Amino acid sequence: MRLSRNLALAFSLAAGPALAGNDPPRHQLQPSPDGNLVVGLCDGETSIEVKDVKPGDQLTREQGQQIADALMKEWRSKHPDAEWVVAAAEAPAPAQQPGAGAPAGSQFQTYGAFTERDQQIWKESTDRLVAEGKRIFHDDKALGGTNAVSCDMCHPDGSNTHPETYPKFQVQLGRVALLRDMINWCIENPVRGKPFADDDPRLKALEAYILAQRKGVALDYGKH
Amino acid sequence: MVHKSIETKHYEERASFFDDLTRMGQLSRRGFLHIAGVSAGIAAAKGLIVPQSFQLIEIAQAAETAAPPFTIAYVSDTHLYTRNVNDRFVRSAVKAVEDVNALDPQPDFVLFGGDLAQLGRREELDLGAQILKDLKAPLKMMVGEHDWFLDMGEHWRSVFGPPQYSFDHKGVHFVTLMSVQEKDFWTARGMTPEERMHTVAGLDNGIQSRFEVGPDGRQWLQNDLAGVDKKTPIVIFSHSPLYKYYRNWNFWTDDADEVQAILAKFDTVSVIHGHTHQLLLNHIGNISFYGLLSTAWPWPYAPEGLPKLTVQMNRADPFNAFDGCGDGQLNVLASGMIDKVYNLWNRNPVTVRANYLSSSGAKDRPAATTLSSY
Repeated sequence: MRLSRNLALAFSLAAGPALAGNDPPRHQLQPSPDGNLVVGLCDGETSIEVKDVKPGDQLTREQGQQIADALMKEWRSKHPDAEWVVAAAEAPAPAQQPGAGAPAGSQFQTYGAFTERDQQIWKESTDRLVAEGKRIFHDDKALGGTNAVSCDMCHPDGSNTHPETYPKFQVQLGRVALLRDMINWCIENPVRGKPFADDDPRLKALEAYILAQRKGVALDYGKH
Repeated sequence: MVHKSIETKHYEERASFFDDLTRMGQLSRRGFLHIAGVSAGIAAAKGLIVPQSFQLIEIAQAAETAAPPFTIAYVSDTHLYTRNVNDRFVRSAVKAVEDVNALDPQPDFVLFGGDLAQLGRREELDLGAQILKDLKAPLKMMVGEHDWFLDMGEHWRSVFGPPQYSFDHKGVHFVTLMSVQEKDFWTARGMTPEERMHTVAGLDNGIQSRFEVGPDGRQWLQNDLAGVDKKTPIVIFSHSPLYKYYRNWNFWTDDADEVQAILAKFDTVSVIHGHTHQLLLNHIGNISFYGLLSTAWPWPYAPEGLPKLTVQMNRADPFNAFDGCGDGQLNVLASGMIDKVYNLWNRNPVTVRANYLSSSGAKDRPAATTLSSY
């Protein structure tokens, strides 16, 4: 049911302006002799005529669903060996899918269907960002500092940065601060550099490193 | 827009204020300070303010305990870069020297607790020597790893002499140990002296070896103490803590157990150590351990291994460059035990009585922190 709904989003409608000459070939829908709406499926072949509905008419949600169901029914009759059935049969058993909590034989979907290898790749990507943050954290030049002070000098292993306590009212600033505000404050003052822009990759990497050091610590925003 | 730290702006405004004063031709900077000092003295005489938190503690001390035979002041872990690289650490070191010089009466001598330089450079050590020259009381030097691992102590020794020595003073036997030896981790990695120094200078890199006194140092200590009576109070100065606190940050001495065994036969032993930049207390067997404050920056308490006798200092205010830093005093009592004063800048000083450690925390517990560390 979910699949058919997704496919329904990809309908092409018969109505509309003529194609420009240099556009790629598209599903050419035969107009209805009665002037009814014709709806095509994204396979480029299947189409149905919707009785008593003219192009441009407002469709109800129910009508839309009926059109989608009819198209899918048509498509299934042409494809008894529907590909997703094959894919589902070949997919790894749920026990090998750490992200999929459903019991064996239940629904298959691409989201959450990942392998240990996928997880390893993702972990390496994430750790690369954390490692870059660690590098910057330990390098006064990378921080743009001007007095040879780097973050690790006061915060070995990111200690005493307590990212879990933000956002909180930072009394010395007189306003609510995020972790990044404090990172920038330290860069500007103890380190005597220029604060990073919000989308600066260095700031993101620093946040990644600092947060990674507190894995497992309960979030406790606003804590003093 | 030019970004300037609060600190930079403060000192620029301060400098321009004095420049203006001088330009107005009314007062020289020195003259202004003189008048300001006199006013403070009058206010103090009227009981309005306490000019030196130090002196207040001195008086309280004298009233509560037997008159201490003598006092030692300390300055530690200044981590100096040259002035053009970092003026803040230079200013802090000078501030500590001024603190000590303001003590009345003056201490019998001043201990420097190691890590005079940040990266062991000749210019950094020379700058440090120049700043410490302003101390009125005699100076006893101790070496730290930041002073050593660029040229393996060559320049430090040429300026300050051997890093390991002992002396007797008013019935107490003092020993300064070189406790930041490290097994060679650099040759196999093909490191330059600069890379070796940078590695040792980082607390959390995990590459360097753990600190140790080493077999030669322990043998030297054994020989030094061989002729000393067991009733003689012993005070050991060591840069590393001489016990095992937190290995990952080298808050650690690898052969601490062996060194403690050498000290076990003495009735009264105190170890005064630098390196950890925090109010740190421990008591093992007959030995009381006291960590020194840094003038450069405070360190958070390690995530594990903190001795249970340690009463934490409040966590530092990052908005105040001096907070959590400081200097202090060691008041050597008639018993040879030590009352330690932590002179935390911008806070009330904390006094740790010898009784607190020797009673394993049963007596004289200092007030607990209100802002514990994360």
